[in-house]
Amino acid sequence: MGDIFFFVEVLVAGLLSGVMYALVALGFVLIYKASSVFNFAQGAMVFLAVLSFVGFMELGLPFWAALPVTIGMMVLVGMATERFVLRPLVSQTEETLLMATIGLAFVIEGLAQFLWGVDVRNLDLGIHDEPIGWVMDTTGMLISQLDIMAGVVAGIMVTALALLFSRTKVGRGLRAVADDHTAALSIGIPLKHIWMLVWATAGVVALVAGMLWGARSGVQFALVWVALKALPVLIIGGFTSVPGVIVAGLLVGASEKVVEVYFGPYFGGGVEVWFPYILAVLFLLIRPEGLFGEKIIRRV
Amino acid sequence: MNVPVQPSILQSSERAFAIGAPILELDSISLRFGGVHAITNVSFNVLEHEIRAIIGPNGAGKSSMLNVINGVYVPQEGTITFRGERISGMNPPLAARLGIARTFQNIALFKGMSVLDNIMAGRYLRTHANFLEVAFQLPRARREETQNREAVEEIIEFLEIEHIRKTPVSRLPYGLQKRVELGRALAAEPKVLLLDEPMAGMNIEEKQDMCRFILDVNDHYGTTVVLIEHDMGVVMDISDRVVVLDYGKKIGDGTPEEVRSNQNVIDAYLGVAH
Repeated sequence: MGDIFFFVEVLVAGLLSGVMYALVALGFVLIYKASSVFNFAQGAMVFLAVLSFVGFMELGLPFWAALPVTIGMMVLVGMATERFVLRPLVSQTEETLLMATIGLAFVIEGLAQFLWGVDVRNLDLGIHDEPIGWVMDTTGMLISQLDIMAGVVAGIMVTALALLFSRTKVGRGLRAVADDHTAALSIGIPLKHIWMLVWATAGVVALVAGMLWGARSGVQFALVWVALKALPVLIIGGFTSVPGVIVAGLLVGASEKVVEVYFGPYFGGGVEVWFPYILAVLFLLIRPEGLFGEKIIRRV
Repeated sequence: MNVPVQPSILQSSERAFAIGAPILELDSISLRFGGVHAITNVSFNVLEHEIRAIIGPNGAGKSSMLNVINGVYVPQEGTITFRGERISGMNPPLAARLGIARTFQNIALFKGMSVLDNIMAGRYLRTHANFLEVAFQLPRARREETQNREAVEEIIEFLEIEHIRKTPVSRLPYGLQKRVELGRALAAEPKVLLLDEPMAGMNIEEKQDMCRFILDVNDHYGTTVVLIEHDMGVVMDISDRVVVLDYGKKIGDGTPEEVRSNQNVIDAYLGVAH
């Protein structure tokens, strides 16, 4: 009996940390859908967002004031990105845009540290990374409150975004913009507004991901590298699929924890650090478009 | 300035929409790229419901002219008047809002999407329901979805592409891709349709099909058509009036018959003995 509870505990912990990976990956998907570009600056945006949030709270703003202020700031960052980085590059190749996002990453990282300094800070969301009491009492399983919270938040965000993309005018506009700028403009899709909206949304998603990660592991520069964990999630889920990212996030989270706990000892531990990448490589070999990605068709 | 209209007898007698007043007027347009004079002081107008062709040898400035109308290029001099209103600062989304749709010389479709989705995308400006209305399936969202779908199905039927409705456009042969692009432009229910070499690179059957569709669009929806074409024969057969450009200057304007007998045009196309 205890074994099953232990397995469930590992699985749930894995699934819920997978949700946190998925939240970071979601930011990538948003930008990729709108411009077919892997946004290297996403990690930096996570960092800037949560660092600013903590910064505003240190300046004396209460939680509920700091949140909208930070959201407003991320929207401004999104608008500035559209105006100064993307607009001059309309109709350029995807490689050009990719390079631009690498540059943007450095600018945003620098900006964040310039504004708020380089100290590691704590973020207290009022929800602690501690096991839920009654679950522990009745079953002996240790399930973190923060993880449950992350799961709920991610669920809401994903449902909203999936709906936005699949059914609305903006969603159709996004896909069109990603495919062909010139053609999208010619049928009246306002590229500027779509990009602005997408980058602002990606900024808000970055803030949410940053807050949850920051609450767990401290608000520090290392958050930039959380983005790396999103990479296998993106490859497995497919770069263009919102639901794919969630499924892949869960898959990565659950499998890395289960593998770590049950097979880790045979490899001397530390398996969860590299296992997701092995999984991603397998996917690249078998199903390169990912679980839910758009099938890649090339005429020869 | 402009040659009086004399549509061919055959076309005028059969038309559902009689040719009307000028819908689009271009006055003294000049466009330069650095030192290159792409268009020099060109004026012409387009009448409502007519099929107007812009022809000329390579590099005559035909595509540039279309791009000026559509707002891709902003001319250094000259004015554009659309439906009696002078438009300053034309740009592609504005053109789309005004009711000017276009196709491209090198097909610009949304390659990852199906034929249906591509044409659906053309309905962008005809969709108004916001995120929440869609999320909760409020009446406006549902009504619009049905209307858009009906309009798109009508176009699909009209262009005889029912059998490829769900096919990703990147898998289609060239001629069909051109037809889908026309469908996407039509989906916006445009007043004026700009076609940039709609028949370039097509074989004879595909060209005949495309000619038929252009004439049908004009006849069925009353859409004003401005088209650029290389193939003189095609142009003369389907156009009401023709503008001829050469080295960015207008060298002829009138009915196909008038243009055909214009000495400047003959010289530009066949060369002059020196």
